[in-house]
Parts: sequence; structure tokens; C-alpha cells
Amino acid sequence: MAMSTTFAAEQSVNRRNSILLVIAVMAFLAALGFAIGFGTSGRVAGGFTVTAGAIVLATLLSVGSYFGGDQLVLATSGAKEVDHSSAPQLVNVVQEMALAAGVPMPKVYIIDDTAPNAFATGRDPNHASVAITTGLLQKLDREELQGVLGHELSHVRNYDIRFSLLVAVLVGSIALMADFFLRFTFWGGGRSGGDRDRGGGGLVVIVYLLAIVLAVLAPIIARLVQLAVSRQREYLADASSVELTRNPHGLEQALAKIAGDKDVLEVANRATQHLYFTNPIKKFESRSSSMFSTHPSIVDRINRLRRLTGEAPLDAPDQQALAGLD
Amino acid sequence: MEIIVLVIIVVVILAFVVGIYNGLVGRRNRIDEALAQIQVQLKRRHDLIPNLVNAVKGYMGFEQKVLTDVTNARASAVSAGAQGVAAQAQAENTLTSTLRSLFAVVENYPDLKANQNVLSLQEELTTTENQISFSRQHYNSSVLDYNNAIQVFPNSLLAGMFGFTKRDFFEAEPEAANVPNVDLSLS
Repeated sequence: MAMSTTFAAEQSVNRRNSILLVIAVMAFLAALGFAIGFGTSGRVAGGFTVTAGAIVLATLLSVGSYFGGDQLVLATSGAKEVDHSSAPQLVNVVQEMALAAGVPMPKVYIIDDTAPNAFATGRDPNHASVAITTGLLQKLDREELQGVLGHELSHVRNYDIRFSLLVAVLVGSIALMADFFLRFTFWGGGRSGGDRDRGGGGLVVIVYLLAIVLAVLAPIIARLVQLAVSRQREYLADASSVELTRNPHGLEQALAKIAGDKDVLEVANRATQHLYFTNPIKKFESRSSSMFSTHPSIVDRINRLRRLTGEAPLDAPDQQALAGLD
Repeated sequence: MEIIVLVIIVVVILAFVVGIYNGLVGRRNRIDEALAQIQVQLKRRHDLIPNLVNAVKGYMGFEQKVLTDVTNARASAVSAGAQGVAAQAQAENTLTSTLRSLFAVVENYPDLKANQNVLSLQEELTTTENQISFSRQHYNSSVLDYNNAIQVFPNSLLAGMFGFTKRDFFEAEPEAANVPNVDLSLS
């Protein structure tokens, strides 16, 4: 019973966080819209016009990512849907784990990439998809695959997928819009000369500067939100996977195998990074940054799994061997 | 005045009884649904086994005993289907263990291990067995919930009256019970 209260609590936290996230993004876009509008036109009315536009845009974005975000994420990752005849074992294992987690059978996708990784997405368990790379299928055995899919299906059951999806699309678009605005300001010239004469003087300039500051900070704040919510739920999904498969070793071996793998997942990017089973952006890549890691280290995850079953943590040489890449 | 009070009391009691009754019906239906899910998978397993036996028969000329064990265990599992959950669970557990010995023997035949047909039958039987075990967990927890519900007071009074009787668990085989105990408290 303790188990079911754990994930029921998790579900309501994720539902609440999803709503808060949408509100925060709307408020942010409204503020940015006002600052840009007021800054460029020099009039409060101009500010509100752009604010209204920003709210409409934010609403469209939220609704769009809620209903279509999963398709967007799957498409940008190059995922292709498979069925039982094209990937029998994978579909079987997903079916088993869906049964164990008590969620409907999700759609199953394959990403043609040698880097072993996986993610789940969708707005709720009735509209969920799991995607697995071909590398994961080739490199893991059945037991390890069960561990990974147990992890993904507990994300589905806990509604982690809804929140992560909103984060992926909204964080991505905020970064894009802030970037667009900054480029426009610095290279496109921003305000025209006529506005300057009409202007409300110092206040307009201050508000305009505020818009720039907001635009610079936005992607960083969005990124911090992405991190804060991402690491803790990875631990929880690992623990739930063990609960579902009743086998801590499959997941542990899968993590160890993936940690030692040098292939790079090309289709992952900063916006979708936090969706994956293990961090798709590896330490040795130039695009990685340890401060902004969306995932706990694999060694840490393995040690937590070992603690669940009362085993001693990995000893130093084993840790060394695994710590290098993730 | 007294009549109104009386009517209110009767209505409250009736509402209470209806509430308990509906709760018990809901729980009982959940058991039946979970059992139906197990039955679907057991049926699937029964259907797959003859295919597997035929696929390996040619290779395993001198290990006929393993094959006849599986075939017999399957036959008694099929007939146990009509004898209630407890008997069925036992017959199915025997079938599971004979299947395991069959797969262990298959490991000794490189030709068989490379045979696509055998491999895919093996995969299907493995997933069916796993699905049976996950469905069994759901079934057993529904039974536990229902049995508790009909035994606590005051439900027990109504349960007897309306014919809610105790249900059997779908017992797992002994070795499956030795799974590690997982502490999910996430210290």
C-alpha cells in the first residue's frame, strides 16, 4: 500500500507542477511582451498590445505542446513506430512492464541510433509513447531491457511524462524566442529613430533594458527548472523499475553497460535531453556541461540501486571504470 | 414528527447498506477482471506449447521425456481450468517448471538455439509467463482487498446476507516467492 501512495502522490505533484509551469511561462512571456512593446513603442498601450499577443502565443504553445508535443519530440528524435511483427521482443517487454505498472499499452517507437538510450513521452498514460534506440536493443539482453522499460513506464505511470513534455517544448520555445529577440535587438537595430523622439524618455529605455535582461535570463532560468525537476525523478523511476520488475540486477547491468558505451546520440538536444533514460549528452562532448547536467551520475544511480537491495556500493576501481563517460 | 425522524433513519441506513453493497460488487468485479486477464494469457500459453513441442521434436530425439512431461502438464493445466483457481494455479505452476526444463535442454542444442522459429516461440512463451506473473500480482492484490472488505465489521454482516464469499489466491510457485524485498523509502 505504501507503494501505491508513493506514486499517487507523485502523480498529483506532477499534475500541479504542470499547471504551475504553464502559468509561469505565461507570466514570463506576458512580462517580456510588455517590456518589448513598451520599450519599442514608448507607450503603455503598445506594451499591452504585445502582452496580449504574447499571452495568445503562450496559450497556443501550451495547448500545442500538451496535445502535440509528444509527436514533435518523437519526430525531432527521428523515432519510427514499431509493432509486434517488426520488434517482437521489445513490444513484448513493453507489454509486460505496462501490465506490471497498471497502465495501458503505450505506443512503441525505435530511433535508429547506435547510442543506447530510451525515453517516454505523452500527456498521460492513455496517450503515452516509449522510444528506444536500436543501440539499446542490440546491446542489452532481455532482463536489462526490462529494467530500462520498467524505468520508462514508471515515468508514464507517475505523470512525469506530462511535465517533462511541457518542459521540453516550453523551455525550448522560450530559449528560441529570447534568442530571436536578442538577435533582433542587437543586429536588427531594435527601435527606430522616430520612436526615440516621441519616447517616454528614461523609463522607456529602462523597460527596454529590462526586456533584454529578461531575455538573457530566461533560458538560464528555464534550464534550472529543467534540472531541478529532472534529477530526483530519475532516482524515483529507477526505484520504481525495481519494484515493477522485482529484479534490481537488470537495471543495474543496463546502467553499467550504458555508462561504458562511447556512442553519441545525435538526435538528442538541450530541450529533449532531460527526457532520456541516461544523459544523452556525454562528458567528452563539447556540448556537455557538468553544472547543467539533467541526470544524476550513473555511478550514483547504481549505488542507490545497490542500497535498495542491501548490497555494498561499487568499490573504487569499478567506479573509476564507469565514471568516465556519462 | 416521529415519522419524519424514522424515515430519515431508514434512508440513512439504506444509503449505508447500498454503499457497502456497491463497494463489495466493485471489488468483486475487479477480481473477475483480473482473473479474466490471467485466463487470456494462460490460454495463449496453452496454444503456444504444441507449436514449440512440434518445432523441437525433430531435434530432441532422445530427450522425449522432457517433451512428454510438457505435453502432459499442458493437458492437466487445460483440464484444471474448470476446477477453480487453486487447482488451476497448481497445475499451471507444474507446467511452468516443465517448460523451464525444456528450455534448459534446448540450451544444449546449438541447432535449436539458432532456429528462428524456436527462438520466437521461446520469446513468446517467456513474455506470456512474465505477463501471467504480473497479472497474478494484480489478481492477488484484488483478492486480498476483497477478502479484507468482506471480513471487516459491519461489511461482514451484509457480505453473508448477499452471498459474498471468500476468494482464493492464485498462488505463485514457491521459488518465485524469493524475490528481494525492496525498500522504496528513498532515504
